[in-house]
Amino acid sequence: MHIAVCVKQVPDSTEVKINPETGTLIRAGVPSIINPYDHFALQAAMELKAAHGFRVTVVSMGPPQARSVVQMGLALGADDGVLLSDMAFAGSDTWSTSYALAKAMKKIGKVDIILAGMQAIDGDTAQTGPGIAQQLGIPQVSFCVKVDVDGRKLIVRRLIDGGHEIVETRAPALLTMIMPKDYVSKYPSFPAVHSSLKKPCHTWSAADIGAEAQYLGLKGSPTQVAKIYPPPQREKAAMSGGSSQEAVEKILEILARENFVE
Amino acid sequence: MINVSPKCIGCNKCVPVCPFAAIQLIDKKAVINEACTLCGACVQVCPVQAIEISREETATRDLGGYKGVWVFVELVEDRAVGGAAKEGGQPAHAKQGRKIRPVTFELLSIGRKLADQLGEELCAVLLTDKNYGYEKDLGAYGADKVYLVENPELYEYNTDIFSTAIVALTHKHKPSIMLYGATIMGRDLAPRVASSLYTGLTADCTALAIKDGQLLQSRPAFGGNIMADILSPRSRPQMSTVRPNVMKLSDPIYGKIAVTVREDIKIDKGLRRVKVLERKLEKADAGVKLDEARVIVSGGRGMKTKERFKHLEELCRLLGGVVGASRGAVDMGLKDKTHQVGQSGTTVSPKLYLSFGISGAVQHIVGMKASDVIVAVNNDPDAPIFNVAKYGIVGDAHEIAPKLIEALKKRKP
Repeated sequence: MHIAVCVKQVPDSTEVKINPETGTLIRAGVPSIINPYDHFALQAAMELKAAHGFRVTVVSMGPPQARSVVQMGLALGADDGVLLSDMAFAGSDTWSTSYALAKAMKKIGKVDIILAGMQAIDGDTAQTGPGIAQQLGIPQVSFCVKVDVDGRKLIVRRLIDGGHEIVETRAPALLTMIMPKDYVSKYPSFPAVHSSLKKPCHTWSAADIGAEAQYLGLKGSPTQVAKIYPPPQREKAAMSGGSSQEAVEKILEILARENFVE
Repeated sequence: MINVSPKCIGCNKCVPVCPFAAIQLIDKKAVINEACTLCGACVQVCPVQAIEISREETATRDLGGYKGVWVFVELVEDRAVGGAAKEGGQPAHAKQGRKIRPVTFELLSIGRKLADQLGEELCAVLLTDKNYGYEKDLGAYGADKVYLVENPELYEYNTDIFSTAIVALTHKHKPSIMLYGATIMGRDLAPRVASSLYTGLTADCTALAIKDGQLLQSRPAFGGNIMADILSPRSRPQMSTVRPNVMKLSDPIYGKIAVTVREDIKIDKGLRRVKVLERKLEKADAGVKLDEARVIVSGGRGMKTKERFKHLEELCRLLGGVVGASRGAVDMGLKDKTHQVGQSGTTVSPKLYLSFGISGAVQHIVGMKASDVIVAVNNDPDAPIFNVAKYGIVGDAHEIAPKLIEALKKRKP
């Protein structure tokens, strides 16, 4: 079996700061990280590799510097890496990104399981994974926390509202992953990073994967960003203090004023 | 255009999955007739990629031919619906089967406004194994029409089955706008449909409006640090998902019944490529959903012990809410992960968010800042949570909570 893991390089949103004067995002100096959901997907792939000896390919799309997240996948144990990087991809929305990644999967060849993070923390859309599955015509299972493989059969535990369900599907399939509560992220050791530098990491252009320009980038994306603006500023909180009893009276007054109690 | 290439091996997989019986096997090759709606169900199952739908026509498609606002109706098992989410309520006839998830009514409420601005119809799309008079509630919240697909195979959600049916209906009726709840189901279904239709989909919209005849979709990005307005200018339908509790619920007008239009769509069992083996809801309170709660009482590290955290549960009962927790509180074992609010937990948008002893790390703030009224209690006057709160109370959370319970009990006879 061959697993492909889709990873994305994202700005670390916990480090994103806002310019208080203009209300705009300060991008400079914000570190780039591997999307945490994709990190978990990589670890899930490595567990399957350890248990069954599967081959793992890590795939990303982004500017040349996104190579570092592919490298991260290799350091964690992936066998080879692919970076889709081409100016033609710039500005792609989730539809166009799914299109390019699906084309890349076809070029990679026989992929049995595709793992992807449930969503990326910069966009939070959760759309690219299902898009890839649709373009490839394979089933998808989203919000998965655990994957077991038995021959071609995949037994997957996925989150649902207020609980979970166990579902069964067959390879080839795409699974989007979300961290379970006992999850601990692992980072590669220095020797692993060092030896991963010798592993193959290919950079493919749009032409390499046979992607048509009309479906890529700003031009090929069905959605377009019309405007970006700072979120409406909230007014400063009305503050109060005093003794616990005074605080309780204050809260009751607020609850009554906002019609939460009579 | 749909084409079957010579690669076709005559395996017959596509014939039964076609919802419109538009494929026949002639001389061991699939032949597609004019009943085809280009839904792509056959493309999905072809093992040799012999069937191709060329997207040429999408670039030049006549957008003027797309009319109407559609809302996908999400049905849930009764017990999975949180008590706190019961707004509007549903009459007894819905009780036998699954219930309409409240976010559906919120979508109809905003959908009604969009449809009125466009001068077009508002339609609900209902896929179910059995219709329990759902059109009464859907009509009350503004639907003019209900497209009903009633089929035993629709007894529970399945990605392939639902997306195939919706794509088929879309090709047939050509809606201009299609709205989904940004729920676990909606977030699984909508991207599959949008991908198949080569159309724009915008996730987690916080505002929807009509501008020059187009759907203007506003959404937060970068953890809520910026807002973006998104258009889908060249493709239809324009698709959006919206989180529960974001759109204002309109007052239902009972007696206004939507016209039911039955749609006969063939569903092949072979489309069920993912099968549910087992389903488990965790504990009694797990059925209560944070993301649909109207009131959330949330606690952080400042609650200090499990016993004190229990006060918040009592407060929840008094205020009709759901208990939330910060990651800090979850890490300390004060509450389990299903109650966690924030980036690695649940994103919430209740009418009231009452927090005790939560300082407000960024991960927490992005998950609750969309709440209508935030009241924060914390002993540190510089706690970041006060930057998003409407009301800030500086004081000891674990002392204030029990006193507030007493005070609330006194008020209630």
